[in-house]
Amino acid sequence: MSFMRKPDVVHSRAPKNDLGLTRRDYEGGMSTLCAGCGHDAITAAIIESFWSLNVEPHRVVKMSGIGCSSKTPAYFLSDAHGINSVHGRMPSIAAGANAANRDLHYIGVSGDGDSLSIGYGQLAHALRRNLNMLYIIENNGVYGLTKGQFSASADLGTKAKKGDINEQPPIDPVIACIAMGGTFVARGFSGDKAQLVPLIQAGLKHKGFALIDVLSPCVTFNDHEDSTKSYAHTRQFYHPAIHADFIAPAEPIRAAYEKGEAMEVELFDGSFIRLRKVREGYDPTDRSKALTYLNEYMAKGEIITGLMYWEKSTPDLHSIARTSETPLSKLDYGRLSPGAGKLAKIQERYR
Amino acid sequence: MSPANTGINDFVIKIANVNGTGSASANTLLMKAIFRMGIPVVGKNFFPSNIQGLPTWYEIRVSHKGYLCRSGSVDLMVAVNAETYSQDLQEVEPGGYLIYDSTWPRDRQLSREDIQVLGIPLSAMCNERFDNARARILMKNVAYVGALAALLEIDLDVIRALLQETYRDKQNLIAANLEAIDIGYSYAREHFDCPLPMRLEPMDETRDHIMIDGNTAAGLGCVYAGATVGAWYPITPSTSLMDAFKNFCERLRIDPETGDRNYCIIQAEDELAAIGMVMGASWNGARAFTPTSGPGISLMNEFIGFGYFTEIPAVLFNVQRVGPSTGLPTRTQQGDLLSCAYASHGDTRHVLLFPADPRECFELAVAAFDLADRLQTPVIFVTDLDIGMNDWMVPDLEWDDSYQPDRGKVFTAEQLEEMDVFHRYADPDGDGIGYRTFPGDHPKGSYFLRGSGHTAAATYSEKSPDYVELVDRLARKFETAKQLVPAPVIDQRKGVGRAIVSLGSCDGAIREARDILAAQGIETSYCRVRAFPFNAQVEAFLEEHDQVFVVEQNRDAQLKQMLVMETRVSKDRLRSILSYDGMPVDSRFIVDAITEALEEEAAA
Repeated sequence: MSFMRKPDVVHSRAPKNDLGLTRRDYEGGMSTLCAGCGHDAITAAIIESFWSLNVEPHRVVKMSGIGCSSKTPAYFLSDAHGINSVHGRMPSIAAGANAANRDLHYIGVSGDGDSLSIGYGQLAHALRRNLNMLYIIENNGVYGLTKGQFSASADLGTKAKKGDINEQPPIDPVIACIAMGGTFVARGFSGDKAQLVPLIQAGLKHKGFALIDVLSPCVTFNDHEDSTKSYAHTRQFYHPAIHADFIAPAEPIRAAYEKGEAMEVELFDGSFIRLRKVREGYDPTDRSKALTYLNEYMAKGEIITGLMYWEKSTPDLHSIARTSETPLSKLDYGRLSPGAGKLAKIQERYR
Repeated sequence: MSPANTGINDFVIKIANVNGTGSASANTLLMKAIFRMGIPVVGKNFFPSNIQGLPTWYEIRVSHKGYLCRSGSVDLMVAVNAETYSQDLQEVEPGGYLIYDSTWPRDRQLSREDIQVLGIPLSAMCNERFDNARARILMKNVAYVGALAALLEIDLDVIRALLQETYRDKQNLIAANLEAIDIGYSYAREHFDCPLPMRLEPMDETRDHIMIDGNTAAGLGCVYAGATVGAWYPITPSTSLMDAFKNFCERLRIDPETGDRNYCIIQAEDELAAIGMVMGASWNGARAFTPTSGPGISLMNEFIGFGYFTEIPAVLFNVQRVGPSTGLPTRTQQGDLLSCAYASHGDTRHVLLFPADPRECFELAVAAFDLADRLQTPVIFVTDLDIGMNDWMVPDLEWDDSYQPDRGKVFTAEQLEEMDVFHRYADPDGDGIGYRTFPGDHPKGSYFLRGSGHTAAATYSEKSPDYVELVDRLARKFETAKQLVPAPVIDQRKGVGRAIVSLGSCDGAIREARDILAAQGIETSYCRVRAFPFNAQVEAFLEEHDQVFVVEQNRDAQLKQMLVMETRVSKDRLRSILSYDGMPVDSRFIVDAITEALEEEAAA
C-alpha cells in the first residue's frame, strides 16, 4: 500500500482524551484509496473509537491480509504495530500474535474477497477459537485491486460495471458467522458513522471474536445503477434492527431514553452495551431466531444492520488454553527452562 | 544347510507382524531388554499408513561395535504374519533362523534348506491360556518375546523389571504379560537347544546412553529453548514431535500453584494457518514453532517467503517422508532438501539444519531458535522419519544451566526511549541484520510490517533502488548465516583424496561403511554437513578432495545439486550414491556402491 505522511499540524483546541491525546494521534498515513471509498469512512470510525476508548495506540496490533481493505490499517493509528500479511491469512497471524501476548488490543481489517473466498476457512476457525479480537470486513461485493470481479458476497442478479450479471448466491458473513457459533456478530454501513462507532467500541471491548461486517461501497467498480452494493441501493434498503450504545465504565448508567425495549449488558471491564430494539421481532440473544429473521429479510433484499447477535458465555482462546496471566512473550526464560537437573531425571524414562 | 550364524551380540532380528495387534509394545520390550543388558541396539519400525490389519515390520539390530544403522541383512526372522510369510522367509541370510507360529500348517512350498526354521504354536498356547479375544492377540506377541528370551539368553529379570515399570498402575497386565513371556520361554526351552549359537551376552556399553526417538528429543529441545507457542496440523511422521512437546509441557510448564500454563499449543485448521500462527507469535515476541512434513512445507511456501522477506524468526520442523504428493507417508527419505532451501516464490534462500540422530535433534532444536532470532528469518529443521520416529541409542542429553536464549537484535523499551527514530530495516552493523522491536513495548518501536516492498524505515515502497537495497541486504544476511550455522562434522584422513559428503540420517550407515571399506584398504575422509548455507569448512573440504561421494536418500541428488550451486566445487568431482526406496539406507548399500564405482574407475 502507498503511504504518505500527513503534515504535523494540530489545532491547539483539538479535544483530548483521558490520555491527553487528540484524534490526530490516532490517525495514520494519508489514504491512497479512491476518493469517496467507503473504507475511508470506516477508518474514521476506527480512529474515533480508539480515541474515545482511551486506548494507548502502541498497545494496539492492527492486522490485515491483501486487498483494498487490507491497506487501511496503514491509515489509522500510526503508533500501533501493524502487520500486513498474505491473502486470506490474517486470522492465523492474529491467532499466533494473540497467543503470544494476551495483553494487547487486536484489530484485523479484511475484505469480502480476503475473508469470504481465499480466507473463508481461516475466518471460520478464528471465530471457532473465539480469538479475542475485533475483525472488520469491509464489504463491497467486488475485487477492487484486480479491477472489478465479483466477490463471494456479490448479491444474486447484481450487475458488474462491465455488464456481467452475478448468478451465484452470496455468502452473507453475518448469517454465516452467527451460524458458525460467533459470539459477537454485527453489521454496519460505512455511511452511518453514528451506528458504526458504538459497534466498533463494543467489538473492541468484547472478550472474544467480534465480527463487524461493514457495507462499504466501492466507488470505482460497484457504485453504479443495478449494483446492490452501491451507496444509493444500500441507503434505500438498509434497516437498523438493533441499535447498540456503548457506555464506558466511568459514565453513569442512564435509563433507557428511547421508546421500545432496551437491554443493558455488562462487559468484562465494567463497561456496558445498551441494546435498543429498533425493529419489532428481533432478538439479538437468540441465535436461531436471529438467523430466521436475517434469512427472511435477505430474501426480500433488505439489509438488516446493528448488533445482530451477542453472547458472552463462550470462553476465548486463552481461557480454553488456560495460559498464564503474564503474556507468554513476557515470561522470563527462568520460568520456561526446566534446567539440567530435570533433564537428567527425564532421561531415566528412556533407559 | 549353511553354517549357523554364531554371532554374539552382532545380528539383526526382524519381526513381521500385523499392525494394530500390540506388536509395538512387545518389540519395544524386546529392544529395551537388550539395551539394559548393556548391549548396543537400535530399532527400526516399518509400518503402514493404516490403523489396523496391514503388514508391519520391526527390525532390531544388535551391534557390539555400536553401529546404529541397518546392516542390510536379517539373521533372525519372527514371521507371525501369514500374509507376508513367503517374502519374510526369503529375506533371512543363509545360516539364519526363522520363527513362525506353528498353530497353522505352513505351505510346503515355503521352506528353505539353508536356514533353521523353528515352529512355535504361539496362537494355540495363548488361546488356551487367555480367555479374552483381545488378550489372545496381544499376548501372542509377548509370547514370542519369551521364546526369544530363551533362544537368545535375554535376562528374564530385566524383562520383569521392564514390565513392572511399564505397567506400574496396571497390575493385572503385568501378570498377563509375565504369563505370556513364560509360555514362549518354556516352549522354547523344551523344544529347542537353548540358547542358539547366535545369542546375547551382557556387556557394559549402554551406560550413560538413552534410547529415544528424534521427535521426542526435538520436542524436548523446544521446551529447553523456551518456545511458548506451538501451532501445528497433524501429519505423519511429525505428529509425535508436538505430542512430545505437549507431554513435556504438561509436566514441566504448568505453574504448580495456579495451574496456569506457560505455553500455548494450537491445533490449526491446516498447515497454512499453522505457519501463519508461528509468524504472528514470533513477530509478537514469543518463540514459536511448527512441526510438519513435506506436504505441509508445500502448503507453507507463501508464508515462508513472507517470513523471509519481512524478517520474522520462525522455526519449522520438517520430518521428511517419501514424496512427491502423498508419496509413502510412513517411509523415510531426504527428498525435501531443495524445496526447503528455496521455498516460496521470488529469490529466497533459507537456513536449514540437518540433525543426524535424536541427540542432535535436541541440541539443534535449541540452536534453531537461537539462529532464527539472531538472523530474523525462518529456520527449517530438516529431519526425517527414520530419525524422528525410530528409537536410537545415543549418549545422554546434556544441558548447561548457564544457557540464555539468544534473542538476537531487539531494542528494549528503555533503548527506544533514548532514541530519536527507529528504523526496523536499517543495517547499522553491516551484517544484513536490523534491530527489531516487540509490539506493545514502546510507541517509538512501532512499525508496519508488510510483505510488499519496503524501505529501511519500514514504509511502503515500489521504488527499484529500495527493492534492490532490500534484497541485497537479505543476501548479505545469508552470508552472515554462514558464520553462525553449526559447523560440519569432519573426519579427515591425511593424504586421502577420496571422501564422502553426506547429511542427516545417512550418518550411521556411512560410519559402518567407512570401517568396512577401510578394512578392505579403501580409506575415505568424511564430511557431514549440518546446515545450509554451507560454510567455509565445507567449501575447504570439497577443495581438498578430488573424488567425493555424495551420499543421500533421494532420487535427484538434491544435496549434490546444492553443493554445485552454492560452492565452488567442480561438478565432476562429485559422484552420487542415492538410496530412495523409503527404507533407511544401510551400510551394505554404501559399501557396494563405492566398491562398484572404484571398480568401474579401475576398469576404465
